[in-house]
Amino acid sequence: MSTTAIPAGTKWWSGGKSPFNASYGKVMMWYFLMSDAFTFGAFLISYGTIRFSVNHWADPNHVFNAFPFAGHANLPLAFVSLMTFILIFSSVTMVLAVHEGHKMNRKGVEKYMILTILGGIAFLSCQAWEWTHLITGDHAVLVNGQIEHWGTTVTKNPWGPEVMHNGQLVATPGPIAFGGYFFGITGFHGFHVFSGVVINIVMYIKTKLGHFDERGHYEMIEKAGLYWHFVDLVWVFVFLCFYLI
Amino acid sequence: MSSAVTLQDATGHMAHDAHHEHHHHETFITKYVFSQDHKTIAKQFLITGIIWAIIGGLFSVIFRLQLGYPDQTFPFLEDFLGHWAKGGKLNPEFYYALVTMHGTVLVFFVLTAGLSGTFANFLIPLQVGARDMASPMLNMLSYWFFFLASIIMVASLFVQTGPASGGWTVYPPLSALGDASMGSKIGMDLWLVGMAMFIVSSLLGGLNYITTILNMRTKGMSMTRMPLTIWALFFTAILGVLSFPVLLSGAILLLFDRNLGTSFYLSDIVVAGKILPNEGGSAILFQHLFWFLGHPEVYIILLPAMGMSSEILSVNSRKPIFGYMAMVGSMFAIAILAFLVWAHHMFVTGLNPFLGSVFVLLTLLIAVPSAIKVFNWLTTLWRGNIRFTPAMLFAIGFVSLFISGGLTGIFLGNSALDIHLHDTYFVIAHFHIVMGVASFFGMFAGVYHWFPKMYGRYLNNTLAYIHFWVTIIGAYLIFWPMHYEGLAGMPRRYYDFSNWESFKMFGGLNEFISLVSMIVFAAQLLFVFNFFHSIWKGRKVRDLNPWGSNTLEWTTPLKPGHGNWPGEIPEVHRWPYDYGKDGRDFIPQTEPVGKDESTGH
Repeated sequence: MSTTAIPAGTKWWSGGKSPFNASYGKVMMWYFLMSDAFTFGAFLISYGTIRFSVNHWADPNHVFNAFPFAGHANLPLAFVSLMTFILIFSSVTMVLAVHEGHKMNRKGVEKYMILTILGGIAFLSCQAWEWTHLITGDHAVLVNGQIEHWGTTVTKNPWGPEVMHNGQLVATPGPIAFGGYFFGITGFHGFHVFSGVVINIVMYIKTKLGHFDERGHYEMIEKAGLYWHFVDLVWVFVFLCFYLI
Repeated sequence: MSSAVTLQDATGHMAHDAHHEHHHHETFITKYVFSQDHKTIAKQFLITGIIWAIIGGLFSVIFRLQLGYPDQTFPFLEDFLGHWAKGGKLNPEFYYALVTMHGTVLVFFVLTAGLSGTFANFLIPLQVGARDMASPMLNMLSYWFFFLASIIMVASLFVQTGPASGGWTVYPPLSALGDASMGSKIGMDLWLVGMAMFIVSSLLGGLNYITTILNMRTKGMSMTRMPLTIWALFFTAILGVLSFPVLLSGAILLLFDRNLGTSFYLSDIVVAGKILPNEGGSAILFQHLFWFLGHPEVYIILLPAMGMSSEILSVNSRKPIFGYMAMVGSMFAIAILAFLVWAHHMFVTGLNPFLGSVFVLLTLLIAVPSAIKVFNWLTTLWRGNIRFTPAMLFAIGFVSLFISGGLTGIFLGNSALDIHLHDTYFVIAHFHIVMGVASFFGMFAGVYHWFPKMYGRYLNNTLAYIHFWVTIIGAYLIFWPMHYEGLAGMPRRYYDFSNWESFKMFGGLNEFISLVSMIVFAAQLLFVFNFFHSIWKGRKVRDLNPWGSNTLEWTTPLKPGHGNWPGEIPEVHRWPYDYGKDGRDFIPQTEPVGKDESTGH
């Protein structure tokens, strides 16, 4: 934002202008993101509390080792790495969209917004596949001396400690908190990605209609960008907490 | 360049330029219903808050009937409560619903939305010199989300199984299992959804308050020239924006436990002889999440009352506020400490005693900024030229109640004493005085002080004085005896104390408390009458600045339109507390510093 409107000699905090030299909308977005960070923080801390109060937790290398069309190949964390790459790449295209906005280049903004939207949709599709795979995938579990076949849901966790049964290693039921937290937190993050995609689509349409050219600046793209980067940043923590440790 | 233009340019915000105002054609809907004028939104919050306060107060009168007269029946109760009061005797399930909703309504819907919603909306733009909130649109949505939350909460009163009844803290497992009690069924879901809407409202409001204070101050209104009301509302908004989302997380997990079969808070539970499959969750986890909001919430309620009382005490003592920077600093300290003391609500949950002692230390530290504030209020009054307006009386009453209620906080903050005192009437007495009644007094002070600006008329003084004296004497008569009951071990949330030999001696006292609570409730209806009557029939304000006040809201026209100042926004040249300086009664903030004026305050 231009600083020419501010008379020389006034101090940053003495009123009559933004002390951060930012519009109210940007300041508001930053405070909203702080608030949202507390929401995710509360979820992740709750997850940590429960996870470290039990003796056994599902091994992510074991749970997340599938890849679409790869059959039963053991590819630990390969798919989630792809998802993470997609999301981070969409942040890069978002940066480029904001950059094009600064240059008032509408075509450029449109191009990179489309790529960002596609990235978001790709991420959500990956998440849908991963959820489906976990919920529908059968796993042998030893329950009360009988073998049962379980998927991973909010009430069932087939990834407990393994025991010998009839000369074979078989998993026992694990802490059911795993499913609740995994689906709860990745779902809440996915909901954020989804709303980010909706916001980005609105921004794309407004760009296309020339609203920002009329307004003389592309600040709305910047604000949408702040939100999008935040959603990516949260994913880094979710990724860390559920897949890496 | 004019200050108004500078402001518009610096914020990139062109919507409310007063010069263009006459171009807007306002209909009834845009002016009174979906209004984007912060002053109208403030009145919407205030009137909705008043309605909620009547409902919440009425709940307490009904359950006080049960507590004061446990052996009697009141046939008229059956007339309007139906099967909840068969034969005129309150149903125990409904008794719990009443205490739960009394707490929920008064803590959230009256003293959070009704108090911050009203005065943050009304005072922030007027006192920092802005045409409106940063985003009038989000501000309007903030009210309507509150309205939606209100509708959902009211609806929960009418479902067949009754509203939530697990206490206003809605601890699981009681709140997590539909089979646990009547109030744990649909009423509890409505409670959670209603609160989620409430949190959205509070977030939208809070973001607006923060950005307006930071970004929209008029020229010359540096942070240290802001009235203390604005500082208080600023810290309140930050507390709300950072603590409510944690309750949202907690509420979402609770909704999942209730409806999706997850086990976030549930483990090893047997209901009606049936073992539930839930395992691995922790009910204590909910308490941590709840109190991470719950404790800052106390200050969300209290800080606006503190800020308004500071302002009103200074104006009506005709003296500068004593220790302005100390006031700001102590509010800052309170805001920080508010986030670090939540576990003092959980001393008896099996919390590690060492961790408990850390929370004791942090809790008792709050006494320091609180004491600084109290001494500053007292020294502001000291040798002042006091005008006992109704607002002033309520502000003084606020200080009195804050001292009385605050002192018992030192008892309760001590984890060793808390083993005896927790969940007794001592706690009830403590938080009702320090947070409930004290904040109500701050709110009343604010209403009496700013009513002339809101409606261009005065409230009736005689009714106001009766209201004040009945309320302050009544409040002490109600809550002071509860300390003794609590010290004797009388537990909160019991339906009937006449069943216990050890509490029979309090039968007469309980009856007395109930009697006084009804009288005090009647006095509040007097205020409600005064409020609505004076909107149309009150004495008209003729003086632009009826209290001889320095702050900017009194430089606007008698009934400011949308945009507040018809011409340019005034520029500010001094702090707002130049009362009795250089032999002058008061010097408004808009007056430039004179050549011969003495320096300092």
